[in-house]
Amino acid sequence: MRLPQDDTFNSPDTTNLLDRGSQGVIAKPLDRPEGPLKVSGSATYSAEWKSDHCAEGVLVLASIAQGTVKTIHKDAVLSMPGVLAVLADEAMTRRSTQGTAGEAPVQGVQTVEYFAQPIALVVAENFEQARDAALTLEVEYAPSDTPVAFDPESADAEVELAPDTEPVEGGDLDQAMRDAAFAIDVEYETPGHASAAMEPHATIAQWKGDDLVLHGSYQMLSYNVKEIADCLSMAPENVRIIAPYVGGGFGSKLGITHEAVAAAIASKQLARPVRVVMTRQQVFETVMRRSETRQRIRLAADETGKLIGLGHEALVSNLPDEEFAEPVTQATEFLYSGENRLLKVDVARISRMTAGSVRAPGEAVGMQVLEAAMDELAQATGIDPVELRKHNIADKVPVEGTPYSSRMLAEALDQGAKAFGWDQRRPKPCQTREGDWWIGMGMASAARVNMLVEAEARVTLKADGTALVETDQTDIGTGSYAILGQIAGEMLGLPIDRVKVLLGDTSLPAGAGSGGSFGAISTGSAVLRACEMIREKLAKALGCTEDALELKDGLASGGGKSRAYPDLLAGKDLAETGSIKPGDTADDFSQASYGAFFAEVAVNAFTGETRVRRMTGAFGFGRVLNAKTARSQCLGGMVWGIGSALTEELAFDLRDGHLVNHDLAEYHVPVHADVPAIEVILLEERDAAASPLQAKGVGELGICGAAGSIANAVYNACGARVRSFPLTLDKIIPHLPDPFTEAG
Amino acid sequence: MLTACVNGTDHPLPSDPRRTLLDWLRDDLALPGTKKGCDHGQCGACTVIVDGRRMNSCLSLAQLHHGDSIETIESIGSADKLSVLQKAFVTHDGFQCGYCTPGQICSAKALMQELSDGWASAVSDDITVTPAITKEELRERMSGNLCRCGAYSNIIAALEEVLADHPLHEGASA
Repeated sequence: MRLPQDDTFNSPDTTNLLDRGSQGVIAKPLDRPEGPLKVSGSATYSAEWKSDHCAEGVLVLASIAQGTVKTIHKDAVLSMPGVLAVLADEAMTRRSTQGTAGEAPVQGVQTVEYFAQPIALVVAENFEQARDAALTLEVEYAPSDTPVAFDPESADAEVELAPDTEPVEGGDLDQAMRDAAFAIDVEYETPGHASAAMEPHATIAQWKGDDLVLHGSYQMLSYNVKEIADCLSMAPENVRIIAPYVGGGFGSKLGITHEAVAAAIASKQLARPVRVVMTRQQVFETVMRRSETRQRIRLAADETGKLIGLGHEALVSNLPDEEFAEPVTQATEFLYSGENRLLKVDVARISRMTAGSVRAPGEAVGMQVLEAAMDELAQATGIDPVELRKHNIADKVPVEGTPYSSRMLAEALDQGAKAFGWDQRRPKPCQTREGDWWIGMGMASAARVNMLVEAEARVTLKADGTALVETDQTDIGTGSYAILGQIAGEMLGLPIDRVKVLLGDTSLPAGAGSGGSFGAISTGSAVLRACEMIREKLAKALGCTEDALELKDGLASGGGKSRAYPDLLAGKDLAETGSIKPGDTADDFSQASYGAFFAEVAVNAFTGETRVRRMTGAFGFGRVLNAKTARSQCLGGMVWGIGSALTEELAFDLRDGHLVNHDLAEYHVPVHADVPAIEVILLEERDAAASPLQAKGVGELGICGAAGSIANAVYNACGARVRSFPLTLDKIIPHLPDPFTEAG
Repeated sequence: MLTACVNGTDHPLPSDPRRTLLDWLRDDLALPGTKKGCDHGQCGACTVIVDGRRMNSCLSLAQLHHGDSIETIESIGSADKLSVLQKAFVTHDGFQCGYCTPGQICSAKALMQELSDGWASAVSDDITVTPAITKEELRERMSGNLCRCGAYSNIIAALEEVLADHPLHEGASA
């Protein structure tokens, strides 16, 4: 048994404690415990909490892109029926908050930095009155005398090195490109993306004296409390957020957004609860966008297809002074070999809504482009795309020399290829035709960095022999309720129906929050640690060593004795708070989840319409905590890959930076009809360096490269190599062969 | 007085003509199981069943429903007494965040009635005969209900199971 250690994760944990449990609940494909509430409409989301005498607020957005608000004609709307207040407080937020900021974003709504920035809040007795008043409100502006460019590609846009992505430079890439037997030098572009979580951002604010209670839709509560408190110049201890059910986040709810502080200020002023729900259009226009990217990929390969050089340079965008810049090259750093390299991200400063995290920031768009370019190299070398990737799996991280923790890339490629039937693929394009449709297959690797972050959780073994897990960790659809219960059930020897999980309330210990795929492994590790402490005490109470202790079905056995928990606990609850902090393992190893995507598409020979016919994904992300919810995470990611490949694109007007397609009618997320049967293979793996659970993140892995496999399948189907995502009809048609061509 | 019957009980309709059916259900009748995802008829999260047919409740004004019979997720089954369809959503993990789920379930329930009534869809080969229940038919008919978590194939699996276990005339009441 491992010695009690401090909560910093400094060395790999090979004890694999969860494999030694007797309960057999870990990893099982158990149903989500909150499922019955969700399917019956009785799970309570942010805007649904009952609050007596609650007023309704509607945000007012700027109708200019840059300038200052000179006059708000409040009086005209204050005389409208039911209108209670028009607020344009300096503390209201101008930009959205980046993930894990833990401090206020840019505040002050008198200054307008981008089109449709919130500038005021109208509050009324009911929603219809507030909406009417918000639409009626007249605002006068003065234009900015220091304009910021709207187009990241324009000469006026200031471009600088991304503040938070260190460039990687090694050897001489230019020379490697000259020496290469095969050299690929291509430029791709990806458009902006929206998270488009189904639940719009909403907050109900209520004051009790100096204490503020918020029911809201947020992903990372312990950070969000600090952000709210900082905005309002109050102590975080006086802010409580309650968010047991969150209707999706995908990055857009990592930090607080405009409605939260506005609701809090309005509630204070009116001395009554205030609810502010953003409209779908407001969510699109003001919350968060994934930056568009322009990416240059250079691949220099020797005659065997081995990479001797790799370049990945990207241009992304954000508002002036934002630290965040889409970390496009994040997985390129460690995925393939090639010591001569240049990886670099530049950011153009432009006037559009805040750019920030949208599911898998970096890899989501970086991997799909890298993997499309790898397909071009496979084509140039004549090497099978799967073999090309296996051939380029590095021994250690190029340039940096860091060793890898457990890595299942080769296994994912092999098993995925086998399950998909990759050997049926015909390497040249335009070989298979079914009626009006060209049929093709493509593949891509998957990779997403693994992160362990600080987290706490309390586990109580109750006197009645049941267990309670408590943390402010959120479940945004990720499966936190399920997996935290399974970890506790396995560690404490309890059937799952005797474990209760309470989440999403900042009065509970601070979990990691949901983001960066780190929620499960970080908060899960804290639960594991708390259970270890409980096990220690149970062993002591039973009078055996921890090694001899066996816990199953509420019975503790060891040293020839056996006692049920209620008996052993003698009427007292046993509560422990476990915690985890990232330590040396984060620097000592390159940690990532890996996988492989395989896609079959049909491309209409006349119209260029592309239909995904089937997909297979094989993924290795350490220990699987719940095979059902993990599979769903992968599945969902692959659906995002379909959207990213074929339909999703934020369209900005380059004259004023306003978002043209600001809702779900115009921004096309995949629908049922777009999504075929998807096969997901979960590989058996333990990664001792990743977390004490030997588990890695899975929430974002399924998107990281998925769109590349579809683009590669389009090429294989019809020979259209489109270097601009999404692959819409207009981009494919110019590349299509004569539709009356015979296949082959 | 204008009234509508919601889940078996008559309620007076709101006096404000701007009130949508969705806001009336969620806020005035305290039935928040019906979700607001876009308020523009684009996502299907607000789907309810009006006189047996599914409808985006955000696109309909409450006062238009005098005399109508409206069924929401709350009447399909409660957490401790789930319908067959709801159970299938749980076992197939036909949701993640759960926000689109009540709409998906209301839509699926009405879809079974439509199939049972022999309604054709855009993907039906022959519109003069009762369509065969294929994945393609189900996907087409569910495409008004968006799920950003991407649980689509699990939702279709749940529907297939219910339809396989319950012939259409029963499935519609599942």
